[in-house]
Amino acid sequence: MNILKFFTAGSVDDGKSTLIGRLLYDTDSILADQLEALQSSNRKNDDGTIDLAILTDGLRAEREQGITIDVAYKYFQTEKRKFIIADTPGHIQYTRNMVTGASTANLAIILVDARNGVVEQTIRHSYLVSLLGIKHVVVCINKMDMVDYSESVYTTIIDKYKILAQQLKLKDVTYIPVSALKGDNVVQASEQMDWYTGESLLHFLEKVDTDNLDKSQLARMPVQWVIRPQTEALHDYRGYAGRVLSGTFKLNDKVTVLPSGASSTVEKIEFFEQSPDAAHAGQSVIIHLKDDVDISRGDTIVNASALPQESKLIEADLCWMDGRALDTSIMYLIQHNSKTTKCKISEILHKVDINTLEKHQADEFKLNDIGRVIIKTADALAFDLYDDNRANGSAILIDSRTNLTVGALMFRAAVE
Amino acid sequence: MSTYNFDYLDELEAEAIHILREVAGQFEKPALLFSGGKDSITLVRLAEKAFRPGKFPFPLVHIDTGHNFQETIDYRDKMIERIGEKLIIGSVQESIDQGKVVEQTGRNASRNALQTVTLLDTIAKYEFDACIGGARRDEEKARAKERIFSVRDEFGQWDPKRQRPELWNIYNGKIHKGENVRVFPISNWTELDVWNYIRRENIELPSIYFSHQRDCITRNGQLMAASPFLNMDNEDVVVNKQVRFRTVGDMSCTAAVESEAILIDDIISEISASKISERGARMDDKVSEAAMEDRKKGGYF
Repeated sequence: MNILKFFTAGSVDDGKSTLIGRLLYDTDSILADQLEALQSSNRKNDDGTIDLAILTDGLRAEREQGITIDVAYKYFQTEKRKFIIADTPGHIQYTRNMVTGASTANLAIILVDARNGVVEQTIRHSYLVSLLGIKHVVVCINKMDMVDYSESVYTTIIDKYKILAQQLKLKDVTYIPVSALKGDNVVQASEQMDWYTGESLLHFLEKVDTDNLDKSQLARMPVQWVIRPQTEALHDYRGYAGRVLSGTFKLNDKVTVLPSGASSTVEKIEFFEQSPDAAHAGQSVIIHLKDDVDISRGDTIVNASALPQESKLIEADLCWMDGRALDTSIMYLIQHNSKTTKCKISEILHKVDINTLEKHQADEFKLNDIGRVIIKTADALAFDLYDDNRANGSAILIDSRTNLTVGALMFRAAVE
Repeated sequence: MSTYNFDYLDELEAEAIHILREVAGQFEKPALLFSGGKDSITLVRLAEKAFRPGKFPFPLVHIDTGHNFQETIDYRDKMIERIGEKLIIGSVQESIDQGKVVEQTGRNASRNALQTVTLLDTIAKYEFDACIGGARRDEEKARAKERIFSVRDEFGQWDPKRQRPELWNIYNGKIHKGENVRVFPISNWTELDVWNYIRRENIELPSIYFSHQRDCITRNGQLMAASPFLNMDNEDVVVNKQVRFRTVGDMSCTAAVESEAILIDDIISEISASKISERGARMDDKVSEAAMEDRKKGGYF
């Protein structure tokens, strides 16, 4: 059994909360006391059934205002898989929250209201999915019960979406007609849509390739912590602790340590009282090197035959996440895995209108703005391009006046 | 390319170890809050996996309400001896003696709310800048929205509207003086995941998690262990029951469930078929629907 992390994009009106509620409800993931709270709530659907959207409501502040203010994480599991849902809200801070929820997901569910088809917000959501490089996309055409479960409505919508998917270079897109309210094709196959021969949403989610096993050759491990017990018995012990971002390290592999460029060989791999022959993407391990090289937190151990890029000048997509606009005259901090260094945004190349996908010149960058910038860092970063290696191609910007995370960066090129 | 088996528990474990090492790397004076419950016991195992053969780069901190199950204290002391790490105890009784908090009175009196003050005092006294805790997002609605690195102000307050976005696996631990960060390495684990991990790792637990005979009374529809810490009166009828506890908290607010489960396997099948969620057995959450949200804002873990 493994884990699938996905997020749902759609506004309140698209029935997003109802869809998540339905997934939880129909997989028996709601416990009795929660169900009791649900039944005693005075929010009901028109036909008197429980409003499943309540299951994803969180804070009192939100209940009072009938909105969602933040990303909420939900968990359920079936016999086949554990699921983590990032439920992202659909109002004003949407872009910021959706980028956050999407950053750890390997699948996106985009909800389209069957009555409205592909609308501006569908374009916006799909653009963000492509920007964040989400591998799998499921487009759920929801509220099929409101259009008499019509095949032609469904076909018209997906034909239109296919053009958008092509434009955005979304590769793996699956279409499913559903009614979250009535439960059609969410967990149970619908009895109302004989014309649809595909799987229900849950069945699809259960078997889609999660790609947790990274098969790239780009072996990378940022050093988080150096373990030096300095006891008599372990006097010379020096282990580099970190999580393998991508690729595989094997015993005797030639490695390079960046930024110093020092070469060495993997002497030993440790994982709590075990000494495996290899460390794979996703695993948190300790690596020992043959040579006595100076390594500290913030350094990265990489495969010597597939080096990352190294630069102090990087072209990146930026999503601005703070109420205070970007100031190109001040220094920010950039955090790239375990490395933090000073930086400046030296140039704004363009901004993207995420409703029309048009690029335009801009001098300012405000909350929820997205565009391409050039970032200049105090120390060189050892990075990969985001599309090649999400884990080593992303970073955050921190405003050192407030310590808030103000930007998400996806590296697109090293500037020569 | 060799193949390897990396299942959901391995993934959750690797994520938690990564988070613990980020705490070590980013903070000057972190601490691990240890309650004696299964979640914090799991954290100790994860810390061993993150830092052995080195020492933990933080002490363990126990906020002691003085109303403990003796089994938990015995377990704690034995565990500290085994792992050889430092333990700091913050005492609620001391906070009461110093007049910083006032003991509640009445039938439903509990020291649960008082421990927030002791916790904040302990953080201030030792100048902890990060406190690692075993809270999980599946426990409760307010927790579902909390970050893995969750910043608290000088007053220990959590502001759900000013949370930092948390992207990819990058955790921003930058804070101003006086602030601290609560860190939740097992945020993405469910109750069942924790139990499956405990079974897989063969981790020993305090005996009260398993079925035993105990004198109980019924309060507000829940079974409570009869103890000197409960304000009992003539209306309370003591009955001996076969019970176990699903969480380990203060004796005055942790309810028992009737159970025959004597092995971890029994517990896992019991939870899989369970009709009451874990926090459903905590009276402190029942006060109002937004109880947890309010307590978190006030600095409760």
